[in-house]
Amino acid sequence: MDNHDAAIQFIDVNYSVEDTSILKNLTGIFPKAKITTIVGPSGAGKSTLFRLCNCLRSPNSGEIYINGKRISDYDPITLRKMIGLALQNAPMISGTVWNNLELPLKLQGKQLIEEEAKRLLLLVGLEEKFLFHKVGDLSGGQRQKVSIARTLVNRPKVLLLDEITSSLDRVSQHEIEELIVKINKEFSTTVIWITHNLQQAINVSDYTWVLMNGELVEAGDASILTSPTNERVQQFVKGESF
Amino acid sequence: MNYITLLLALIFVILPLILSKTLHLDLEKDTIIATVRSIIQLLLVGYLLHYVFDSDHFFYILLMLILMISAATQNARKKGGSVTGITWKLVVTFVFIEILTQGILIGLHITPAKAQYIIPISGMVIGNSMVLAILFLNRFTSEIEAHHEETELILSLGGTPKQAVHIPLITAIKSSTIPTIESQKTIGLVQLPGMMSGQIIAGADPIQAVQFQLLILFLLLSTAVITSALLGYLSYPSLFNKKMQLIKTNFSS
Ligand SMILES: Nc1ncnc2c1ncn2[C@@H]1O[C@H](COP(=O)(O)OP(=O)(O)O)[C@@H](O)[C@H]1O
Ligand SMILES: [Mg+2]
Repeated sequence: MDNHDAAIQFIDVNYSVEDTSILKNLTGIFPKAKITTIVGPSGAGKSTLFRLCNCLRSPNSGEIYINGKRISDYDPITLRKMIGLALQNAPMISGTVWNNLELPLKLQGKQLIEEEAKRLLLLVGLEEKFLFHKVGDLSGGQRQKVSIARTLVNRPKVLLLDEITSSLDRVSQHEIEELIVKINKEFSTTVIWITHNLQQAINVSDYTWVLMNGELVEAGDASILTSPTNERVQQFVKGESF
Repeated sequence: MNYITLLLALIFVILPLILSKTLHLDLEKDTIIATVRSIIQLLLVGYLLHYVFDSDHFFYILLMLILMISAATQNARKKGGSVTGITWKLVVTFVFIEILTQGILIGLHITPAKAQYIIPISGMVIGNSMVLAILFLNRFTSEIEAHHEETELILSLGGTPKQAVHIPLITAIKSSTIPTIESQKTIGLVQLPGMMSGQIIAGADPIQAVQFQLLILFLLLSTAVITSALLGYLSYPSLFNKKMQLIKTNFSS
């Protein structure tokens, strides 16, 4: 794939924390306006990779390009508004669902319209009545839905989704998959989606990364998962239940 | 009181020593160190003050204040976490508090500009400020640790570092100043404040002593809130780097 088509490009990226190497010589792209899934065992460095894309961390060496521009040349705040990140644990600020939905705009001194908040809730499959519920009272799945809705508030050009359906039932999982695909098609949003669910990865991806032990083992379309040729990918796919 | 009676007062040190020994509390060493240190330090200060009050020279007052602020900084720096540049941040805080309080006291003729007033009042203000600084830094550290996911969330949504630490910062400022405010609510009911008791024992009119005590209380209230707030706003930026990323290692002491 041509580099012009890359929303995000990694070139020989290394990241370590106190002598522990977490991402190793990472080189690869996330194609623009496509859905890329990232799969791999836990501890592989997937969430860390998202933190690098969102400028919450910086690589020790190598370069990350976002839309052809070096990530270090961006103002971090502008970049973070452009790249929406749904964090793995769906952290919430204390208060209500509304407090969390209005947060992205409030941080910019803007105001979220209540109708818009309700529309976002319906989009992720939560009833309107949840708007003024305390986040402490939500189930894990409901929190994940609120987290997705909150990430959509800024209307980011790139969506980084970190295991956003891990606490959802089958039906909700499919609804979220449909929603993300729809957003991708409608707004040409680039989606990068970390998932533990290989079936989900196969369902939604245009492109897939297999990340193991901080290394990009293989990248390609879903066939690298359905009929793996790489030995390490074969091993990994065998170990995961579909 | 003279040195003979002071010697007799050592009975009050021997009692806990005996108790510690018989109950195996293992407090003997610390008790002895504390006793010896307090005798040396206070006598030294007493003679120093005697000299300074006699001369009442501005230079000596300044020297005493510098000593107090250095000691307070040294102490708070050791116990209050390891924010980068904490030393000068503490110095700025203590100097600011000192100038503000003495400026108001002397400027508005609440107390005379004499060593006899400036030094003890500064001692209480800076000492209190030091305790608050330690309380605040400890609390801020634990709040940041407890809320680091929210902090990261706000950053990831494009919030500024200030927005990201707002809640931990406010919580730490509040909770470090609450003990000061609470203790003032019951003051005089349970125990008489040390300074007032001292004055009364030394023969001062109780009403006069109360007036002074109230002045000190109000001063300490100001000191508490200003110390925590100022130190908070001086120290939170060192939690972040230029790219507005949270540097965790900076705050674990
Ligand atoms: N701040 C950190 N300090 C030390 N180690 C970390 C830190 N963040 C992540 N790690 C380590 O990096 C590795 C990758 O973590 P992570 O990116 O969360 O993996 P994944 O999301 O693939 O499960 C893990 O071994 C984890 O323990
Ligand atoms: Mg993860």
